[in-house]
Amino acid sequence: MVAIRVRVNGAHYEHDVEPRLLLAHYLRDYIGLRSVRIGCDTTNCGACTVLLDGKAVKSCTVFAFMADNAEVVTLEGISEGGLHPLQRALAEEHGLQCGYCTSGMVMTLYYYLNKARRVPSEDEVRRAIEGNLCRCTGYVGVVRAALKAAREMYG
Amino acid sequence: MSLYPRNFQLHVPTSLREAIEALEALGEDAKPLAGGQSLIPMMKLRIAAPSALVYLGPLKGELSYVRDGGDYVEIGALTTHSEVAESPLLRRWNPLVSEAAAHIGDTQVRNMGTIGGSLAHADPSADYPAAMAALGAEIVVAGKSGTRTVPAGEFFVDAYTTSLRPGELVAAVRVPKLRGRYGAAYGKVARIATDFAIVGVAVHVSVDERGHVDNMGIGLTGVGPTPHRPRDVEEVALGERLGPELAERIAAAVSRSVDPPTDLRATSEYRRRALRALTERALRRIYLDIARAQ
Ligand SMILES: Cc1cc2nc3c(=O)[nH]c(=O)nc-3n(C[C@H](O)[C@H](O)[C@H](O)COP(=O)(O)OP(=O)(O)OC[C@H]3O[C@@H](n4cnc5c(N)ncnc54)[C@H](O)[C@@H]3O)c2cc1C
Ligand code: FES
Ligand code: FES
Repeated sequence: MVAIRVRVNGAHYEHDVEPRLLLAHYLRDYIGLRSVRIGCDTTNCGACTVLLDGKAVKSCTVFAFMADNAEVVTLEGISEGGLHPLQRALAEEHGLQCGYCTSGMVMTLYYYLNKARRVPSEDEVRRAIEGNLCRCTGYVGVVRAALKAAREMYG
Repeated sequence: MSLYPRNFQLHVPTSLREAIEALEALGEDAKPLAGGQSLIPMMKLRIAAPSALVYLGPLKGELSYVRDGGDYVEIGALTTHSEVAESPLLRRWNPLVSEAAAHIGDTQVRNMGTIGGSLAHADPSADYPAAMAALGAEIVVAGKSGTRTVPAGEFFVDAYTTSLRPGELVAAVRVPKLRGRYGAAYGKVARIATDFAIVGVAVHVSVDERGHVDNMGIGLTGVGPTPHRPRDVEEVALGERLGPELAERIAAAVSRSVDPPTDLRATSEYRRRALRALTERALRRIYLDIARAQ
């Protein structure tokens, strides 16, 4: 077992975990954050995307101990005061159907828009979500929603 | 249902020296862990099941940097693909390396994966090795008796095999500063945007005041077990006027210089044609970039 201290969505946690415990399972099973989804479990789909020290990462491909002394933000952490503009736009623009990909999609877009700090082009949005698969929407609504949220945030 | 690696012992060193000592003591069954973007997927699929991991993350302070070394730029082993892609120093002095980094996987993979991990992993379809071959980069290797530098041409020995000895780590990579009137480009064909290359081409060219080639480096990925540098083709270009005609000739020669494998991703013939198209496109872009910079 290895002792870890992690800040998740602003709160401090300390746990003893198995070295092989994956961050996705740590967040779901130890902290109870069910927005973290496991889709492919093979680093392809991005459903498990969270922010680790401010950077979007696939939590199915990070060991929990790698987050020791780090800061993790999940979807719950960016929507505490109500829906984030990205979430609202996704709902309005048909950016989701089954919703399984959505929390990862929001976290990747949140990371990207916070870094860009401007309204990106459609092409840039498509490239930003290369690591997030959606099997329902064909991405059209997702991209439209991202642009709408970006206009609201930085327009 | 979920994928779980076999359990392992964990070692978390606080310096490069400690990491090397730990690997030395644990023996060949132990592996260093950097960004985990190759090792963790392999452990989850149980293609790899090391008995111990030595986690390099805490060495970020020591091994994550892009530094001006005079004639070269030195990149610390733990620098992530995103950091390399965005480094102002590399964009200024060696944009070939940043462009190759930007072509790796997706945002999330680039945020975790490191240059040292990619080079040590030596995937025959990886992007960095082509750039390192084209540039004649040097890999700085650290072991218990100090550091040594290995030219890229000698670092990659076979698919997934490097000349690293047990207990040794990649500490850094040195890439030359590109000078004069130069251009560089990395191009890749992949099955889907975020996948490894079916083939990839890294090229840099510099020209004299008359627009004739005085230096060219070409590196290819996806054409065999290790990255390939077709030196005979580079030599053909020396002294020739850079332009669309030369681009076409060099591209044809590049595709003739290899005998790529047929595998699940593509046939040998497809690879040669893709190489030809990518090389021609890269050289035309470089030609236009240089012309525009005048
Ligand atoms: C979905 C996906 C898509 C990808 N697409 C691409 C792509 O398009 N192009 C591409 O090139 N790569 C691609 N990759 C691989 C990616 O670039 C990895 O980041 C990289 O190969 C490994 O770097 P790492 O830091 O994650 O190393 P790790 O996974 O931690 O380690 C990889 C190997 O190197 C060893 N190692 C790590 N660091 C060192 C060191 N400093 N010294 C000695 N040995 C070391 C480890 O023991 C292990 O054997 C992709 C990966 C994924 C998951
Ligand atoms: S579950 Fe992590 S990338 Fe698919
Ligand atoms: S909404 Fe169903 S996978 Fe994206």
